[in-house]
Amino acid sequence: MARSAAAARPVDAPPPLPLLPRRRGIELALLLGAVLISVCGYVVVGLARWHALPAGAARYGAGLGGLALLAHLAVRFRAPYADPLLLPTAVLLNGLGLVLIFRLDLETPADHAAPTQLMWSTVGVALFIAVVLLLRDHRMLQRYAYVCAALALLLMVAPILFPAINGAKIWIRIAGFSIQPGEFAKVLITVFFAAYLAANRSALAHTGRRMGRLRLPTGRVLGPIVAIWLVSVAVLVLERDLGTSLLFFGIFVVLLYVATGRTGWIAIGLILAGVGATAVGKLEPHVHSRVADWMHPFAGIAAGKGPGQLAQSLFAFAEGGLLGTGLGQGHSYLIGFAMKSDFILATFGEELGLAGLTALFLLYALLVARGYRAALGLRDPFGSLLAVGLAALPALQVFVIAGGVMGLIPLTGMAMPFLAQGGSSVVTNWIIIALLLRISDRARAPRPEGSGAGSGTKSEPEGGRGSGTGSGAGSGKGPGAGPGAGPGSDDAVRQAGSDAAFGSVSWVTGFMKQTQSEQNQSRPPRSGQAQKPSRAQKSGQAQKASQAENGTPTPPASADDAPAPEAGR
Amino acid sequence: MIRCIRHTAAFTFLLLVALLVNAARVQVFEAEGYAGNTANRRVPIARYDKPRGAVLVAGSPVTGSRDSGGRLRYERTYTEGPLYAPVTGYSSQTYGTSLLERAEDGILSGADDRLATFPWWDHLTRTHRAGGSVHTTINPKMQRAAFDGLGGKKGAVAAVEPRTGRILALVSTPSYDPGELSGNSPAVSEAWRRLNGAEQRPMLNRALRQTYPPGSTFKVVTAAAALESGKVTDIEARTDSPDPYTLPGTATQLGNAARGCEDAPLKDAFRVSCNTVFARLGAEIGLRGMVDAARRFGFNDRRLRIPSLVAPSNFDTRMDPSQVALSAIGQYDTAATPLQMAMVSAAVANGGQLMPPYLVDKVTDARGVMVAAGPHRPTREAMGPATAQQLQDMMIDVVAHGSGRRAAIKGLTVGGKTGTAQHGVRNEGTPYAWFISWAREKDTYEPTVAVAVVVEDAAADREDISGGGSAAPIARAVMAAAG
Repeated sequence: MARSAAAARPVDAPPPLPLLPRRRGIELALLLGAVLISVCGYVVVGLARWHALPAGAARYGAGLGGLALLAHLAVRFRAPYADPLLLPTAVLLNGLGLVLIFRLDLETPADHAAPTQLMWSTVGVALFIAVVLLLRDHRMLQRYAYVCAALALLLMVAPILFPAINGAKIWIRIAGFSIQPGEFAKVLITVFFAAYLAANRSALAHTGRRMGRLRLPTGRVLGPIVAIWLVSVAVLVLERDLGTSLLFFGIFVVLLYVATGRTGWIAIGLILAGVGATAVGKLEPHVHSRVADWMHPFAGIAAGKGPGQLAQSLFAFAEGGLLGTGLGQGHSYLIGFAMKSDFILATFGEELGLAGLTALFLLYALLVARGYRAALGLRDPFGSLLAVGLAALPALQVFVIAGGVMGLIPLTGMAMPFLAQGGSSVVTNWIIIALLLRISDRARAPRPEGSGAGSGTKSEPEGGRGSGTGSGAGSGKGPGAGPGAGPGSDDAVRQAGSDAAFGSVSWVTGFMKQTQSEQNQSRPPRSGQAQKPSRAQKSGQAQKASQAENGTPTPPASADDAPAPEAGR
Repeated sequence: MIRCIRHTAAFTFLLLVALLVNAARVQVFEAEGYAGNTANRRVPIARYDKPRGAVLVAGSPVTGSRDSGGRLRYERTYTEGPLYAPVTGYSSQTYGTSLLERAEDGILSGADDRLATFPWWDHLTRTHRAGGSVHTTINPKMQRAAFDGLGGKKGAVAAVEPRTGRILALVSTPSYDPGELSGNSPAVSEAWRRLNGAEQRPMLNRALRQTYPPGSTFKVVTAAAALESGKVTDIEARTDSPDPYTLPGTATQLGNAARGCEDAPLKDAFRVSCNTVFARLGAEIGLRGMVDAARRFGFNDRRLRIPSLVAPSNFDTRMDPSQVALSAIGQYDTAATPLQMAMVSAAVANGGQLMPPYLVDKVTDARGVMVAAGPHRPTREAMGPATAQQLQDMMIDVVAHGSGRRAAIKGLTVGGKTGTAQHGVRNEGTPYAWFISWAREKDTYEPTVAVAVVVEDAAADREDISGGGSAAPIARAVMAAAG
């Protein structure tokens, strides 16, 4: 049956691959490169400023290299099949961030942020290792969905009790450290969204009233998630952290769309976002001034008040030009306040130019792409949704803050992942990387024949309970769903393997491929179809995969000729 | 779900493209506009990041740089600020530049592409070139002599080398120290306010930027016009000049301070400075002839740069005959800078050939390699050699026997002309004392220097022929220093 599909579409269905290589050696080599590039940046700053090697270069290199090595060892022993690009990309971004902060420290002799940032990076890597070591299977998280939601809300509410810093109540101060709990809340909320939507997506997609082309789900299904989302947004507006609020909204819409496959959600999301943005822009003077700033970045100059932060940021980028002024030789300190955090990209753009900035954006793109790739390689919807959410998180974050400081969209305060100063942000990003690594390990790991039924049941209690509405519908089609899920995921795994190369471009084209499944997708699955093509199933899975997951755990893996049963080890 | 993930990925890809396109917009396509924004401090920061190139007088720098340690790092210093202020001007972090500092700013700041062998390479590597040096034509001894001669008086001196047009001295008093304006401290703005508000106007460059009625010194031009036009053929022949002279078309009678002006020959009239003779000559030559003569000497030239801009000296081109008559004796609207009158004197001394004056001898880069030589502009003929010869004789006569006796120097042949210019409403202001002169070695025809001196508040007694009294000794000191 896979054979016949191969005859029809040779590109999509090559003969089954041998075992995926683990590629841990490549990861190690790339890590070495990432550390070397960072150390070079450090040295270049020193050479540019003092015409001598900076004193701490060896120490800095050893520190970063040691962290990278520890992380690598953890991955090598506990997640041997994990995507080899994720960790080096993260280390490189973190290293570059440390270089930039070290470089900006030279302009503020009274305030040295680089050591603190290195300390937080260490904490981040430690947590990364902890997650890789302790979290054996990402589906464990599904069990704690509501715990995550509660924890996230708690974290977001906590700063209200603490005094505002720079007009935003997003920090809590403990023992001299400022922590931004909202950063951690991002991950927790994403976990919750993924778990909840994975459990309820068939209900969301196929029940409820029809209104024209839109189908409104029943309040019972939608209620909890909208409630939690509303609460989180309300808290954020109260705390004036609109960037994070925007981020939550984006993740919510993306995951809803991925889970249900309904474009209606995007329309609703955009309308909601438009209404929200207009309302907040009108009511909140803080936001209103940001929008005005974005429309007229040079208004301050005309008014004789001197250039504002955004104008200074644009000046910095413009000064960078194509190749940049060189590390340590720019004047981005003119931006003043927040130059190491929100505006750190301006330093990057000024000193490394458009060339450096493009490379940086592509690095982020690589990170995000590997996240999506992991999502495609998984069969369990929770894992896919979680991977999409965790990949979309940095993607949206980069877009919002980079677009903000470059005058593409109104500026909202947010940290550039890994690059910007901010302990909570770095730690959170390392946790994201750890989760993505764990998921990608699962996605790329070979599936031992005939095993895995057990773990499927074991990890499902939350999903099983949550999808009570969905499983009813699904159980009838159980037999059809089973075989569909098998080859579908196998296909995806194969793609993941073949795309494990480094180019994000090939990756993108891989994504853009038209699949026949799109035509079939809306059709109800028939038994004949279920027997035959692997392709159609894969996306018809809106129902099937989830039911296979939620409802009967074991059944049909063996019915198909795919080597992999459904999941797990 | 896979389809949706792909759509999400495609959407993320769109975001990436948007970011990249926007980055290219800001960093490449609109970068020029941002870089040129006046509020962008990067331009001044880069400008003051390196020590500014030096202005040299006779091979030794009269400017320097001081590392302020501030954001606009190097501040300008001047070794003898007040003495050379009319030459160098100021270079201030707060108020920009003036005079030579402005005219040669590209060289001094290092921005000029002539300083680089491969400008595109410097552009690519963003190298900030060290500033080059500007060698001036100033003779420090003459500059000092002129400055000391003027002392505390308001006035100006310009001296040029007639054969070449090199400016040898350029002095304006009272002067100021341009070093006070370097930097951006509150003291700088305080100094700026004080200097601009001062009644003496120390920042006014009187040698280049201020025009005065030239008074009797303009009679050199009128005499040249009369000789060139043929109205006077023999300078020793008697002229048909009444005393007092009634200005044509009016009832106004013009008198003389000197005696014996009735029908005086041109040479005598020149020596004792008869207004009546020259006013009548001017009226006879007519507007067009006078304008042409004045223009040949450099009047009404709005484009003269040395390379700092020189204020144009004025001789009106629309006048009735009585006004022409008054203009011919350097009154009415006639006005000249001291440099212009030095040019008049130089043209006479140089056999009628007028060399455009210039202040920059050569420009070198930081290592002393020549970047550009001084300007080579064509000579102009202000008058024929015969006329020049006759004017030389008359000017020598003024110094030998007339009002310019105090400019005589032993061992040198000196020619000169005094002037007293009245000004103010109904001529109530203190008259300006003028003296223009040139000097050459005896028995040669090669003039060494031509000088113009103006002293604003010459003497309380306005009947005194103050040009000879207060201005001539200064010119003498300058000419003596030339040798």
